[in-house]
Amino acid sequence: MRTTGLLFCGWLLSTACLAAIDPTLLKPLASEDSESKIAAIAALAQAAPDEALPVLKALADDSLALAGERVVIVDGARVLDAASHTEIKPTPAATETIGINNRVRRELSGALAALRLFSTERAVRWQAAQELTLSADAKMLPLLDKALAVETDPEIRKRLQLAHAQASLGSTEAGVRLAAVRVLGESSDPNVRQMLLPLTEKRGDAWIEPDSAVRAAARTSIRSIEQRLAWADNLGRAFTGLSLGSILLLAALGLAITYGVMGVINMAHGELLMVGAYSAWVMQGVFRAYLPGAIDWYLLAALPVGFLSAALVGILMERIVIRHLYGRPLETLLATWGISLFLMQVARTLFGAQNVEVANPVWMAGGIEVLPNLMLPWNRIIIVGFSIAVLAVMWGILNLSRLGMFVRAVTQNRAMAGCVGVPTGRVDTLAFGLGAGIAGLGGVALSQIANVGPDMGQGYIVDSFMVVVLGGVGQLAGAVWAALGLGVFTKFLEGWTGAVVAKIVVLVFIIIFIQKRPQGLFALKGRFVES
Amino acid sequence: MLRRNFMKTLSAAAITTAFGLSPISALAAETIKVGVLHSLSGTMAISETALKETVLMAIDEINSKGGVLGKKLEPVVVDPASNWPLFAEKARQLLSKDKVAVTFGCWTSVSRKSVLPVYKELNGLLFYPVQYEGEELERNVFYTGAAPNQQAIPAVEYLMSKDGGEAKRFVLLGTDYVYPRTTNKILRAFLKSKGVADADIMEEYTPFGHSDYQTIIAKIKKFSSEGKKTAVVSTINGDSNVPFYKELGNAGLKATEVPVVAFSVGEEELRGVDTKPLVGHLASWNYFMSLKNADNDKFTKLYRAWAVKQKLPNADKAVTNDPMEATYIGVHMWKQAVEKAKSTDVDKVIAAMGGQTFKAPSGFTIKMDEKNHHLHKPVFIGEIKADGQFNVVWKTPGPIKAQPWSPYIPGNDKKKDEPEGK
Repeated sequence: MRTTGLLFCGWLLSTACLAAIDPTLLKPLASEDSESKIAAIAALAQAAPDEALPVLKALADDSLALAGERVVIVDGARVLDAASHTEIKPTPAATETIGINNRVRRELSGALAALRLFSTERAVRWQAAQELTLSADAKMLPLLDKALAVETDPEIRKRLQLAHAQASLGSTEAGVRLAAVRVLGESSDPNVRQMLLPLTEKRGDAWIEPDSAVRAAARTSIRSIEQRLAWADNLGRAFTGLSLGSILLLAALGLAITYGVMGVINMAHGELLMVGAYSAWVMQGVFRAYLPGAIDWYLLAALPVGFLSAALVGILMERIVIRHLYGRPLETLLATWGISLFLMQVARTLFGAQNVEVANPVWMAGGIEVLPNLMLPWNRIIIVGFSIAVLAVMWGILNLSRLGMFVRAVTQNRAMAGCVGVPTGRVDTLAFGLGAGIAGLGGVALSQIANVGPDMGQGYIVDSFMVVVLGGVGQLAGAVWAALGLGVFTKFLEGWTGAVVAKIVVLVFIIIFIQKRPQGLFALKGRFVES
Repeated sequence: MLRRNFMKTLSAAAITTAFGLSPISALAAETIKVGVLHSLSGTMAISETALKETVLMAIDEINSKGGVLGKKLEPVVVDPASNWPLFAEKARQLLSKDKVAVTFGCWTSVSRKSVLPVYKELNGLLFYPVQYEGEELERNVFYTGAAPNQQAIPAVEYLMSKDGGEAKRFVLLGTDYVYPRTTNKILRAFLKSKGVADADIMEEYTPFGHSDYQTIIAKIKKFSSEGKKTAVVSTINGDSNVPFYKELGNAGLKATEVPVVAFSVGEEELRGVDTKPLVGHLASWNYFMSLKNADNDKFTKLYRAWAVKQKLPNADKAVTNDPMEATYIGVHMWKQAVEKAKSTDVDKVIAAMGGQTFKAPSGFTIKMDEKNHHLHKPVFIGEIKADGQFNVVWKTPGPIKAQPWSPYIPGNDKKKDEPEGK
């Protein structure tokens, strides 16, 4: 009778029909001591590989619990018996979650990966193979042999072979070790280099690795791994520099118009960024309340909102205050500083003094693993792309549109532009609004990587002015080069001296640079009325 | 008699109003003023705002039970705005203008150091509720947070244990000010005494409010891949923690490979972070919200109800944490000491504080040491769970005595375990 039941289950293996697990195997999972928990996981995976998977998964997800003496799986409102995988009626009143620590979690992910290695889905197997390479040891050899025998996907096979090679490094046969060392040369994982290093070292007078052929192979393999690692290191450094550069550029682009092109020293620029960042937060709230299904796309909706609200604030600032102060930089500085304090207080009153939480949408979390020691986070990649897009749009507006032509005309010679019929007042307002709107877009992007709070603008105002002044007042190209240069320079220094010293060195460098070359990297050439 | 008193108050009120003063000052004798000195804006607001709420909640609780010595407590809340010199200014205002009987305040050690001279000069009383680096013992201060031996040292010992992952290499990462620098000095000496070489310790600091942790995460990754099991000890303070943990999650640095143990990150700081990628990273505290006991149930329910009543943002998800518990203990112990001394006089209260006990939300009866102005506290180490709470993976059997003068700093063995001039 029992055999028939088992056969029946085997036949329906892919469905939910699983044989019951012996409850004595489950009980030790709830033990207080990590040692016996780990032993229980191994025993369970050994005794009932198919049935163990949901139980171990529940343990990993914190949903395995104790109801009195019985081990259960909590699935939302339902409580399932872990042994038979059937729902318990009536639902137990109190369940106590079985907690695990990092050590158990590590063993658990190994055990789960081993079980998943035979899944029918490629993605699951791929992930399992990846996890196994982290913890492969001699104990896993039989399992890896079994998996290699049935695996057909070339990429997964390669992973498994790496894991297999790692596991057989400790073999007693020199030939097996030699083959393993050669295979490992294909890896680009720093941990593998660490594994190979002892093979080339001496302990006392004797080589740790007795066979000279294996030693030579290990040296070659280490060299090729190190080359790949160094390459990834440099790529990583360049990327962090690029990413910081793109953030500086987003923060400074708006200022490049208002200060660079129009010559208004706008101390409230940071607060325009803040307006953009708060728009992202408000849109997140709106989506949570009214469109919870589309919450992941709130950021796209925040872009126009951020642009328009910052532009509106900018236009109001220009119409009410700055318009009256053109050509008086000191008064403008003071007035806009006042506006900045005012805006900060408005934000504090409206949204509270504390930072607000702006969550990354799912498509911006995580990253792509280029190499085991190089992971490029999605939010950074997207922001780099976004800053390029904003730059392109702004370049288009300034160089191809009628408004852009007017702005350039007014910048170069206000009186003459007025004479030929350019409405200078309106152009000023629109250009200021455009600069403010771009700052709003920057704020939306910043909300994804930095804290959003009433004071956030203060942290960017210095950086923004640094970029614009360094790049040379009056044009966009300068700002772009200055932002990228500063980004890469800062990140290079940070890697070398630490964040605190890097900040000081960058500021000192800028002071010296401005003294030697006050016009910035790129000086605007042409005939100016002022000059 | 009663009637005459009433008339007196009334006429006094009339006089003061006539002179343009607030009538409340005439009633001041009927209440005891309590100063609340926490940053409600700036980089530390993320952590300190909840402490202000806790003080107000405890005061409300005490007032609803009849106050202290028959008088109601009256909170005086000021905002030093994460600005260290402003802390001293506001402290002076609380002591000399508002004449508060006691102050609950400060988070960062730099703010505490900046108000210390004021409290000494004007003989005020300060309750400091946050874990700190020790190396200090002042007559005018009671420390209700942990000393290094009640937080940092047990955490590192755990990382070196089998369950903690047997770490052999350590990254000491912190914000650049006195608490992280001193703690890391103590930890370095401790690690050396355990046989960890200097080459296996990396120390890194960032400015307050730092938000770009790419380079540091990359450095940690590189350091950890140079052989031996690595762990990170983080003393990052304030809102920098949000970008740090975001970057950590995105960079795929898992707790099973390189665990990060934090000393200034609790339930409150994690509210702004997606905790799913952070599962397994650790924190070491003397209290966690997830502890199961009747006192904690009462405490968390009390705070939830308070948050809803005060309409705090996200009140339905309000959390409690260790410094909030320490604040709560502090307010109640002060009340007990005042009742014992039958006076709010600072000298009498200081004398009455030693040996006070309180049944704390951590589930233990906590005692104020007779001499050294620190609490005896239990230590818990918790791992971050997917819901932003902590799962306790290690704890001491009971409360342990604080060592404000860490034995790992040379010269400390000669220092007395009680404040000067007592």
